[in-house]
Amino acid sequence: MNNHTAFTSALLDPALPVPEGLLDGFGASAGKRFSVYRNNVTVSLIDALHEGFPAIVKLLGEANFSNVARDYLRAEPPSSPLMMLYGRGFPDYLAACPPLAKFGYLCDVARLEFALRESYHAADATPIAPQDFAQIAPEQLAQVKITLTPSARLITSAWPVFSLWRYNMQDGAEKPIARAESTLITRPEYDPIPHLLPSGGDIFLNAIIAQNSLEEAASQASEKHSNFDLSTILSTLLSSQAISHLSLEDQP
Amino acid sequence: MLDANKPFPSLPAKSGVGYKPQHFAEIMQDAGPVGWLEIHAENYMGDGGRPLAQLRHLSESFPISVHGVGLSIGGEGALDSEHLARLRHLCEWLNPASFSEHLAWSSHESAFLNDLLPLPYNTVTLNRVADHIDQVQEVLGRQMLLENPSSYLAFEASDMSETEFLRQISNRTGCGLLLDVNNVFVSATNLGYSPQAYIDDFALANVGEIHLGGHDEDEDDAGRPLLIDSHGREVIDPVWALLDYTLERSGVRPLLVEWDNDVPEWPLLAAEAERADAALQKALA
Amino acid sequence: MSKMMKTVAVAGAVAAALSAHATTASAAEKEKCFGVALAGANDCAAGPGTTCAGTSKVDYQGNAWSLVDEGTCLTMELPAGMDDMARMGSLEALDRDLPKS
Repeated sequence: MNNHTAFTSALLDPALPVPEGLLDGFGASAGKRFSVYRNNVTVSLIDALHEGFPAIVKLLGEANFSNVARDYLRAEPPSSPLMMLYGRGFPDYLAACPPLAKFGYLCDVARLEFALRESYHAADATPIAPQDFAQIAPEQLAQVKITLTPSARLITSAWPVFSLWRYNMQDGAEKPIARAESTLITRPEYDPIPHLLPSGGDIFLNAIIAQNSLEEAASQASEKHSNFDLSTILSTLLSSQAISHLSLEDQP
Repeated sequence: MLDANKPFPSLPAKSGVGYKPQHFAEIMQDAGPVGWLEIHAENYMGDGGRPLAQLRHLSESFPISVHGVGLSIGGEGALDSEHLARLRHLCEWLNPASFSEHLAWSSHESAFLNDLLPLPYNTVTLNRVADHIDQVQEVLGRQMLLENPSSYLAFEASDMSETEFLRQISNRTGCGLLLDVNNVFVSATNLGYSPQAYIDDFALANVGEIHLGGHDEDEDDAGRPLLIDSHGREVIDPVWALLDYTLERSGVRPLLVEWDNDVPEWPLLAAEAERADAALQKALA
Repeated sequence: MSKMMKTVAVAGAVAAALSAHATTASAAEKEKCFGVALAGANDCAAGPGTTCAGTSKVDYQGNAWSLVDEGTCLTMELPAGMDDMARMGSLEALDRDLPKS
């Protein structure tokens, strides 16, 4: 039986005829009544994208956003019943959408917004206390490995992605300037917060995530960025409760 | 599991509301007539964060009903075993007073369509839905309730009524029924039958919960009223009357007000719950 | 700075970070729950009572809809040359825009 195949195809493609065998309850065929379901699917998914990507809505405007969202949901309907995770493929879809080609930064702003949502729903973890660092002998600090909390996310970009996000989401925020920006998302308590990373911060964090030692990660960052400042980024990680574990051993 | 000695083993025959996170503070402070809460299962399947923290607090003060909207019990394919495992995990952690789902499908092959889609009522679909409910009850280790849908169209392939279909499902699987009287009103109006006759023919003894909600009005190609189950406004008077008609026949049941679109400030939702509570009091008297 | 960051420099940076970190009292657990919910939720309601969105057709020959002037994409006037630079993959990293110390 594949009645649902025809029904599903017609829900997602308004150019297809209403499936056969559907009635209006008064002896005629269903006609426009099938559109109620088409509408529910389309509107509910556009709304979900709208709520999930508010900065993209601001950047594109409501009408443009609805157009691209409708194309996207028909091309890539959700693959999971969890609407909290719908839109993972939306950034790449934006990048490949011909009418949006001149706004190359949309993809990365959308990646930032999706990462905020992932962070919101990520597992809870107890952050280390700053004094946990003080438990480690100074001569061993260089070899410490840091584990970030499950809600931490790193977004690297060739665009001013943090400033674009902030300009569209916070009243009175400064205009973006032409530069590459990387963003760290942390979730102290329950609200994800994006932080603009200082120079070399993305290299440092990528090395940390790959379980390199503090010394190795800092070296990689300062090799590329002579003004990399380890204490600034450690301070950000501590104050935003983004470290769940310190270790002098290899992680399993 | 939150508490092995669960304080709320079942839903009380009181009014409840569909829980919305924006009402958390007010509900924790003073829930008024609200005696229990219903959550949509899929919104609490993340790994952590505020949704689960809120739910943990709510469950200490209120009986919780877990209402699934994404299991696709009427689907042609096998149930999504990953999703079923997530449901089991949620129910084991929360130990809710009730679990319910819909007589509908929402997934096909790899696509989740985010809507409750309709089924014809015949032996083929009866066997399929019953098998799926057997599986759900086995995996969750508890009885579930199955809800009647809002219908906007009918099927040539149907050869039994919805009430007969639900009665047979309930008798065969042992599942309870969730009777949504707004859905009855919407479907009866849309498909041209009597909502009272539907209630008369419903297996009321198997009803474990009743739903109420608001709907929108549209019209079909022939200019007939076409009601849409939008959950975006107050319950209308004819639906309150149908509720009274139902409670006179069924006796009191846990009674839920749903409001999902254009969610109002708490006092308006609490006022709807107050009215539901009054309907229960009247049925008791 | 030398190519390899030295152990003593790491220790100094950690000490500086710790001294900069002011411990703030944490809110009560229940109060942390009083916050905004991030979007992306399931519900069992039908969409608003219109039947137009689902039947709106698109031309599949290359996303033929055209942009309407309304978003900040079109109004925020990014610095001249940003588009070209970034498309070439050559936007400068952050430190080139900061004063050298």
